Amino acid sequence: MSVSLKDPVRQAGQARRTGGAAAASGRRPLRLSPVLLLLPALALMAGVFAYPLAEAMWRSVAYPAPGPQNYQWFAADAGNWAVLGRTLWVALLSAAICLVLAYPYAYFMVISGPKLRAALMVIVLIPFWTSLMIRSFAWIILLQDNGLVNGLLAVLGLGPFELIRNTTGVLVGMVQVLLPFMVLPLYASMNNVDLRLMQASSSLGARPFVSFTRIFMPLAMPGVVSGSLLVFIQALGFYITPALLGSPAEMMISQYIYMQVNGQLQWGRGSVLGVILLVATLALLGLLALLMKKSKRAAGDEGGLL
Amino acid sequence: MKHSVLTRSLLWVYAGLVAFVLIAPTAVVIPLSFTDKASLNFPPAGWSLRWYENFFQDPAWMSAFGNSVLVAVVVAALATAVGTAASVGLQKWTRRRAAKSLQALLLAPIVVPAIILAIGVYAIFLQAQMLGTFAGFVLAHTVLAVPFVVVSVTAALAGFDQRLATAAASLGANRWTTFLKVTLPGILPGVVSGALFAFVTSFDEVVLSIFIKSPYLETLPVKMYASVTRDTDPTIAAAATMIMLLTTVIIAVGLLSMRRRKNV
Repeated sequence: MSVSLKDPVRQAGQARRTGGAAAASGRRPLRLSPVLLLLPALALMAGVFAYPLAEAMWRSVAYPAPGPQNYQWFAADAGNWAVLGRTLWVALLSAAICLVLAYPYAYFMVISGPKLRAALMVIVLIPFWTSLMIRSFAWIILLQDNGLVNGLLAVLGLGPFELIRNTTGVLVGMVQVLLPFMVLPLYASMNNVDLRLMQASSSLGARPFVSFTRIFMPLAMPGVVSGSLLVFIQALGFYITPALLGSPAEMMISQYIYMQVNGQLQWGRGSVLGVILLVATLALLGLLALLMKKSKRAAGDEGGLL
Repeated sequence: MKHSVLTRSLLWVYAGLVAFVLIAPTAVVIPLSFTDKASLNFPPAGWSLRWYENFFQDPAWMSAFGNSVLVAVVVAALATAVGTAASVGLQKWTRRRAAKSLQALLLAPIVVPAIILAIGVYAIFLQAQMLGTFAGFVLAHTVLAVPFVVVSVTAALAGFDQRLATAAASLGANRWTTFLKVTLPGILPGVVSGALFAFVTSFDEVVLSIFIKSPYLETLPVKMYASVTRDTDPTIAAAATMIMLLTTVIIAVGLLSMRRRKNV
């Protein structure tokens, strides 16, 4: 790295002054420049993030008339609870399926050599720069009634099954999108496990299965917890995948919000659903942060999961 | 830890299947874009370039594509400037606790479900008559892109030796010169990857865009979304293939330029 100063002479006098000022202001608790540097970002966040969110929350108690009627509407209608329940259920299933798929994958990464491990990591990261829209579209092609998957199943004498426009399609699409969010924390956590502990246990006579379940799995548990929470939280708020691969008859909460606001102009009702989704998301994130703090403390230093 | 050959092979097969599920399904859009029939049947029976022709000759697709590129470029520039300034500001801030919570605020758009922000932004833009405006798209996408810039620039700053900046200042460089000639070259990989993330974030954004579009201004993902939900037109496969190509080229160029800098 080169520290290049093209014209030190011209700037010397001026800079000596600046340097002196900086030294003098070093004691002050707050300098002006960090505030100025942050100002554009904070203005943007205030105007296009905080204000719109506040407006959306506000509408839940203010539209069409002030009062709690939107919350009463939510509580009274069994259909609303069904949507909420389905959303939680689909998110839970996504997390469970992701865990089943990701656990052996992450373990294989840990025990592989550096080259294979790097390749496996790239495979997990590639989906991050593939558009969600395109991936959902690809699943529509594969899972449609006369699609490739049903064609292959027919060869085996099975089907045809209805694989899209229902919860199955939503799950397939969501699991594929969310899988990296499970693999990464799992890998981070497993990589911190001292594999010599397993050697020690097997030298003391434990069978491989026993040392895996009794030594490795408990030590890799933080990754399981944070990965599952991460997937669950994101699954709750998914919109594109359920909208394209699911059906209006089996809506998730995001689709319901879209329908209320964009379809029926029921701002108050849509906002109540938004508030519920936001509260659930933030509560779970708080839990995640708490657990990560705990596991970090327990692991000493580098036990952090993400 | 030693594993038996059986365990290892089983894991290999399992991981291979998972990798296949992660990567392969998306690839079907590429052969599909060359189909000769107006259907989304896969595999295609015959081949043609008519859907690419359709894409380039249809003003609706072309203007959506142009809007997307333009918005994404402006968002990348804006988010990188704003996000880099904010990251440097956060690092210089002496009250660590306040800086931490400010950073959390800047990262919040990543964790809040897009649909909630979307209805809020929709409400605000509706009042301000900003629906379907270029500025509206840029602002909404920039809010989503800034967190990625902050994350990658903050990481780069953490690995940057601050004493270099101090040395430059003591040698007579003013703040702006110090930043431009010393700090910025040092954190450039982080800034570049932040800019790339910002570009891709904007280029792929669907949820907010569906709400803030208008018949006069929409972006490519919005057009694709409408096309998927309405008709079975393989033009979308051609569009998808080109988007994948474009993003891959951008990412590859970014990675390569970073590697070259490292070697210099």
